[in-house]
Amino acid sequence: MFDGMTAETLARMQFAFTVSFHIIFPAFSIGLASYLAVLNGLWLRTRDKTYLTLFNYWKKIFAVAFGMGVVSGIVMSYQFGTNWSVFSDKAGPVLGPLMAYEVLSAFFLEAGFLGIMLFGRERVGDKLHMFATAMVAFGTLMSATWILSVNSWMQTPAGYSINDLGQFVPEDWWQIVFNPSFPYRLVHMVLAAYLTTALVVGGVGGLHLLRNREDAPARRMFSMAMWMLIVVAPLQILAGDFHGINTLEHQPAKVMAMEGHYDSHPDGAPLILFGIPNPDEKRIDYAVQIPQVSSLILKHEWGAPLDGLDTIPDEDEPPVAIVFWSFRVMVGLGFAMLGLGAWAAWRRYRGRLYDTPMLHRAAMVMGPMGFVAVLAGWITTEVGRQPFTVYGLLRTSDSLAPVAAPAVAASLLAFIVVYFFVFGAGTFYLLRMMNKPAGTVHLGLKDGPIRTAGITPIMQTDPDAIPGE
Amino acid sequence: MFELSFIWAGIIAFAVLTYVILDGFDLGVGILFPLAEGEREKAMMMNSVAPIWDGNETWLVLGGGGLFAVFPLAYAVIMPALYMPIILMLLALIFRGVAFEYRWRTERWKPVWDIAFFGGSIVAAFMQGIALGALVQGIEVADRAYAGGWWDWLSLFSVLTGFAVVVGYALLGATWIIMKTEGNLQRQMQNHAWWLGAGTLGFIGIVSIMTPFQDPVYFHRWFNLPGSIFSVLMPGALLAAAWALFTGLKAGKDNQPFLAAISIFVLCFIGIGISFYPNIVPPSLTIVEAAAPDKSLRFALVGTVVLVPMILAYTAYAYWVFRGKIDPAEGYH
Repeated sequence: MFDGMTAETLARMQFAFTVSFHIIFPAFSIGLASYLAVLNGLWLRTRDKTYLTLFNYWKKIFAVAFGMGVVSGIVMSYQFGTNWSVFSDKAGPVLGPLMAYEVLSAFFLEAGFLGIMLFGRERVGDKLHMFATAMVAFGTLMSATWILSVNSWMQTPAGYSINDLGQFVPEDWWQIVFNPSFPYRLVHMVLAAYLTTALVVGGVGGLHLLRNREDAPARRMFSMAMWMLIVVAPLQILAGDFHGINTLEHQPAKVMAMEGHYDSHPDGAPLILFGIPNPDEKRIDYAVQIPQVSSLILKHEWGAPLDGLDTIPDEDEPPVAIVFWSFRVMVGLGFAMLGLGAWAAWRRYRGRLYDTPMLHRAAMVMGPMGFVAVLAGWITTEVGRQPFTVYGLLRTSDSLAPVAAPAVAASLLAFIVVYFFVFGAGTFYLLRMMNKPAGTVHLGLKDGPIRTAGITPIMQTDPDAIPGE
Repeated sequence: MFELSFIWAGIIAFAVLTYVILDGFDLGVGILFPLAEGEREKAMMMNSVAPIWDGNETWLVLGGGGLFAVFPLAYAVIMPALYMPIILMLLALIFRGVAFEYRWRTERWKPVWDIAFFGGSIVAAFMQGIALGALVQGIEVADRAYAGGWWDWLSLFSVLTGFAVVVGYALLGATWIIMKTEGNLQRQMQNHAWWLGAGTLGFIGIVSIMTPFQDPVYFHRWFNLPGSIFSVLMPGALLAAAWALFTGLKAGKDNQPFLAAISIFVLCFIGIGISFYPNIVPPSLTIVEAAAPDKSLRFALVGTVVLVPMILAYTAYAYWVFRGKIDPAEGYH
């Protein structure tokens, strides 16, 4: 199946495959953890049962998604070593401590309080339960912070020196953690996670409104999701613009690939809406373009000169076609999210939010689109960083572990089979849970009190009350 | 000045030991899963570890992430050397991890996820044992990279350590269930713990006798002062732990067998530490050589000193919240 491929290509495929699968779960659980904290907070404050119903509904979905995120994440923490050991040896002194901080300040926090959040309300009381819920949400955000700092350092390295072993050595931790692209990437990704969750919640709300527009929890979640969209989607477009300008400053080749600018434009660059990249001829075929707009977006100035890929040595050029397309998918979906939010806002203004079936259908179609946009965005930024792992300093081809192609091919095949089987089944269970209305008492087969379920407090108060063996 | 790298070696060792004990008992529960009689006992077994397993596995991430952070060279050498066992362990952990949630979400496929829970647990344990054995055998390093073949990890010795870890984890799992349950399940596990305990001690004996012959250095360390002191002390301490285990089982004690099983693991871990020191990757890579620059070690240490005690505190709190025996009636309704 993978005959004739080099170990490097296979290792890159393996990393792309495992990390793409992995990012789906955090993209959802970062937003959902915050949403659960909000729902629980609103329930405690208002004592409106609808919030509690929604909390209990989404927390079960969260449990499944989080479990998939944990196991796919463990793979990531070892893959740097198995396939990219030279990268690990060289970048470890800088990136390793950041990842260690992620484990210490985020993973343990999430895992430690998750059990209490899911099943501990009766055992610890409302206040501590709220605290645990907030800690899980905080943990997901901490995790995002550290890992985005790591990724951003690979894009825009700072605060380092290189020792005689060829290792990156930390010089200034402040500069390393807050490297130039980090704040932009962090904001962009956290907003993306919130949008992704809002779209899923909105899609599920839309589904249940189509079946029963009087369904109170469905109304509530749909309304909350649409509020979230109309507030966050514009912010995200703004954040994306800032992020793009930052990328232009630090990784111009990536922006050239995103824009499809093979040639320099000294008198202002056009915005290429669509076209087919032709890497052999180094041009965009059938380009549909608006003059000057690219300069306007990237430089905020009419007629501003923009360099093209002709200024970049061929061996330093990222693969243009992938970056060009994934960027357009992401941006297109971003505006579709804004459109959905605006439509919903208008229907809300007219008092018809809950009885516009077309809107509910549109929300369902958009339900999974946050995931697509997140993946497209990550493909843009990661493929756009090529051919380097540490931008401009360490080439991907010089980062590889001394592994043989058959070993990587075999493990890649195993990952593909296992991931599609395991996460396919998980996605099926998630969809089946979402297909049931929020009021359903038993979401799964028997509403398994999976975690703490078995360990009840009754035991301590009255051991005799326990049914015997 | 005391070497920062040794402090870090201690911290990593602590993380790995914590992982082995914590995930050891929940993997052990998975290994014993097929011995449950009926759905009710299966639910009890799974529920006894369900609230805590992902916290337990986070110590594995800390082991990997910590090694990457402070001993990047060791990480870069060990991972390719143990490529296959590590990948298989990760895949196995995926299966057993998702089984916790999945088995409650389907009726038709429940048996599939039960097998995934058992199979994933036993394969993960076996691969960890193989990785340990391969590490003790030694890893060939040249020019800051792994220099061996990709089957080097497989040997009679590593397969033996693989079985040893499976049996040892099963002992931890059995004694954990004894602590957390009552009735038939507890009685069954008390019976199983007898032969699992005997098996664990047997494997420890064989592995201990074989280890000094894996590398002359080990022989030297164990049969010359100061190592030979441990050669005398260790068997004595192990016998005391074994005595606590078996008397606890005989007296039907709830907690004593589990604590005794843990102490057996701690003693073995100390023994491995004595064999390794001052290397981090036998036979040639030392702790000092593999360490990241002091700036990295210091930066990571600041947070670790603050965060690890906090982690231990809230982890203990989570265990305390879910303390006590499992109520079988509550487990599935």
